Amino acid sequence: MSADVDALPRAGTFRPSRSIVVNAIIGVCFLLAVTAFMTYDLKGSLSFALELRAKKVVAMTLVGVGLSVATVLFHTVSGNRILTPALMGFDALYILIQTVAAYLFGTFAFLRIDVRIRFVGELAVMMGFALLLNHVFLRRTRGDVVLLMLAGVVMSGMFRALSNLVARLIDPNEFVALQDRLFASFSSVDEQLLLASTVCVALALVVVWRMRYRLDAVALGHEHATSLGVDVDRTTKVAMALVAVLVAVPTALVGAITFLGLLTSNAVYLATRTFRHRYTIPASAIAGATVLIGAQFVIEEFFEFNTRASMVIAFFGGIAFIVLLLKEQRR
Amino acid sequence: MIDVRSLVKRYGDTTVLDCPELTIDGAGVTALVGANGAGKSTLLTIAGRLLEPTSGTVLIDGHDVSTAPSRQLAARVAILRQENVLAVRLTVRELVEFGRFPYSQGRLTDEDHHLVDRALMTLDLHEFAPRRLDELSGGQRQRAFIAAVVAQDTDHVLLDEPLNNLDLRHAAQSMAMIRRLADDFGKTVVVVLHDINVAAHHADRIVAMRDGRIVADGTPNEVVVASTMRDVFGLDVEITEHRGRPVVLHFVA
Repeated sequence: MSADVDALPRAGTFRPSRSIVVNAIIGVCFLLAVTAFMTYDLKGSLSFALELRAKKVVAMTLVGVGLSVATVLFHTVSGNRILTPALMGFDALYILIQTVAAYLFGTFAFLRIDVRIRFVGELAVMMGFALLLNHVFLRRTRGDVVLLMLAGVVMSGMFRALSNLVARLIDPNEFVALQDRLFASFSSVDEQLLLASTVCVALALVVVWRMRYRLDAVALGHEHATSLGVDVDRTTKVAMALVAVLVAVPTALVGAITFLGLLTSNAVYLATRTFRHRYTIPASAIAGATVLIGAQFVIEEFFEFNTRASMVIAFFGGIAFIVLLLKEQRR
Repeated sequence: MIDVRSLVKRYGDTTVLDCPELTIDGAGVTALVGANGAGKSTLLTIAGRLLEPTSGTVLIDGHDVSTAPSRQLAARVAILRQENVLAVRLTVRELVEFGRFPYSQGRLTDEDHHLVDRALMTLDLHEFAPRRLDELSGGQRQRAFIAAVVAQDTDHVLLDEPLNNLDLRHAAQSMAMIRRLADDFGKTVVVVLHDINVAAHHADRIVAMRDGRIVADGTPNEVVVASTMRDVFGLDVEITEHRGRPVVLHFVA
């Protein structure tokens, strides 16, 4: 036995074949989902329908990629695989921003402001929250899932309570208009915002990709990474800023989808059996887009819009979250 | 060369480390000894830049550990902490490959692979290379982490209580390995030890600490004397000799 092992060159070294296969399979699924979504049951003006659907595909891809990659980044810098940016309060913060802005400017006036300006404002607030989160909690609770989760519960609760308070101050008619903006829907995606979002996500992904090896070292743990020459504080700060961008874009585009990142990232860890970001990041990014497009396709074509993809994903994601939590308890 | 200058670490009003001056240079094993809470690990951890001092500096080859780029330092100093729990699952070989990170930034060259092989061979770990770390015994895991330090190939190696949780045989093997780092590889090794006899037998130099201060510094024969031991550990002990090295009969008291 040991003779065979000796004969293997570099026995025990990381072999990427499994990860590559997983990435390829997810890629094929993505292409299938896009093809199905684009071509199934086309009626009426072909170019109009295709353009409409293509826009939706781009939006869903941005959302899926953004949320999934943000989750993987957050997992690595926080040292756990259960919590997600959404659970830390990013979703609730988005709702709070919308509500407060609607109260300050008036809902209709607020909705009339150029989407790109609104988007920059949202991004700035979320970035601030990400860095605060890093400074106040991440650095102190490194790896302590329970403490971090408590912080997330408290912050989400606080943001929601504040949103409710402000919502009471808003004119009921305006509030209805506002509420429509708060839940994920792909039916009404703004074209200008789509372009800005694509640029933002693409830039963020370039930065993430350049950090992929450093993130591997950070995944070993804070002290090991430091000893190996990684500036962990800086890497974490940059990663959290990227998390803010990658979460802000989807929420601004379509609203909140709480458990998508959790679902895709953990499925990818399970399938690839590695933490190496050069494989987990592309795999979970494409998986995120695939799940969204697939779910939306099924809902549009077979459930006739009677439910929303975000709700279906929240349902299954919530179950996955509980399973993961119980598994963590047993460890 | 490790050069400590007026280093102070305080938590609130409590001073846990107050080290005006300490220089460690050249190949050899320097042991930091003292009672619990004497500040040994604090000193080592600050030197390994895993902890920020309240004031003062540690220079490694002239580079200030709190300000020099982490990547530069990683080629000069490696630190191994007591609890080596990884957040991810690795094989022995993958761990040792991470030792090359300061040089390759994750993309290993042929030379890196060669050095990894050598480190595995040095610690007699070749047959364990494909095994996962969490499947190994404490002693084997310790050896794997030391192999990663060997692969990191720094002139300075800082080890924080490497014998913790090791049985007698593995402790003896680990100390022999630490000796080799100094003798065969010419490294400056600083090791925190709580067993004074292990320090007296294996170290070239002993730095004894109490209440955050250095109270004695010298060869084992200079430091391990009854009066100093009383000073450091607050214990009256008999001291005998074995192979020219002092042996403290601390269990007799």
